[in-house]
Amino acid sequence: MDMTEAIANDERNMKSDTTMEVIENVLIIHISGELDHHNSVDIRQKADEIICNKGIVNILFDFEGTEFMDSSGIGVIMGRYKKVKNFGGIIGSVNTRKNVEKILFFSGLNKIVRHYDSIESAVGEMKGGNQIG
Amino acid sequence: MDNRIYVEFDSISSNEALARVIVAAFLTRLDPTLDEIEEVKTAVSEAVTNAIIHGYENAGGTIFMECDIHNDEFTVTIRDEGVGIEDIKKAKEPLYTTKAEEDRSGMGFSFMEIFMDSLLVESEVSKGTKITMKKKIGGR
Repeated sequence: MDMTEAIANDERNMKSDTTMEVIENVLIIHISGELDHHNSVDIRQKADEIICNKGIVNILFDFEGTEFMDSSGIGVIMGRYKKVKNFGGIIGSVNTRKNVEKILFFSGLNKIVRHYDSIESAVGEMKGGNQIG
Repeated sequence: MDNRIYVEFDSISSNEALARVIVAAFLTRLDPTLDEIEEVKTAVSEAVTNAIIHGYENAGGTIFMECDIHNDEFTVTIRDEGVGIEDIKKAKEPLYTTKAEEDRSGMGFSFMEIFMDSLLVESEVSKGTKITMKKKIGGR
């Protein structure tokens, strides 16, 4: 990476292009670009609005476009998990690349985050909630 | 060839990305692997975030970053003149955080330790904190 490219990357990273959508009763958060402390504030706020207003308890993190994630990402996932776990909610992940996988592994989060092969299969399995009986 | 840079920047969250980019660009001289770049970026991101959130308690200030290459060893120092850390041992414990309400995971120092070869935390209450991390690059 040369300096021009580095600066172009930096400009891009000043804002997060993360988008969210609800399919069935699953909130899908497409984490785009970099998930650090700077971007996490906005993502948390937007996600919590949807969780509260729509009563969503299942959350799927789509990491397909995630170029970078540090412990702030762990905080975002853990914080949402705390919100939905008592309502039988599930936290899932999809399209996890090596960089994110490493962070999830070292934080121990891979024990509470269920990994799925595709968004479709995740929604299919997650919409029923956590039915441990 | 040995090399050194020294950067001062404002303690604002958008500079977390800037710090990562500067370090990654500086590191290219050692011909690092993508994994090595990722790891250094993560560690630097954690240290800078710590300075912003904990050192300066989100109230602004100046962060001082020095990068150094000596042979194949990379050293980065990130320093703030903020509130300092009372109990460094406790702060370094995995999952320990004083800001759980802000969804801080308490994994910052753990990631610095995991991704770098060495981590040194020096701090004095009311004076500030200095984090020094080293990593050999290209040891593949």
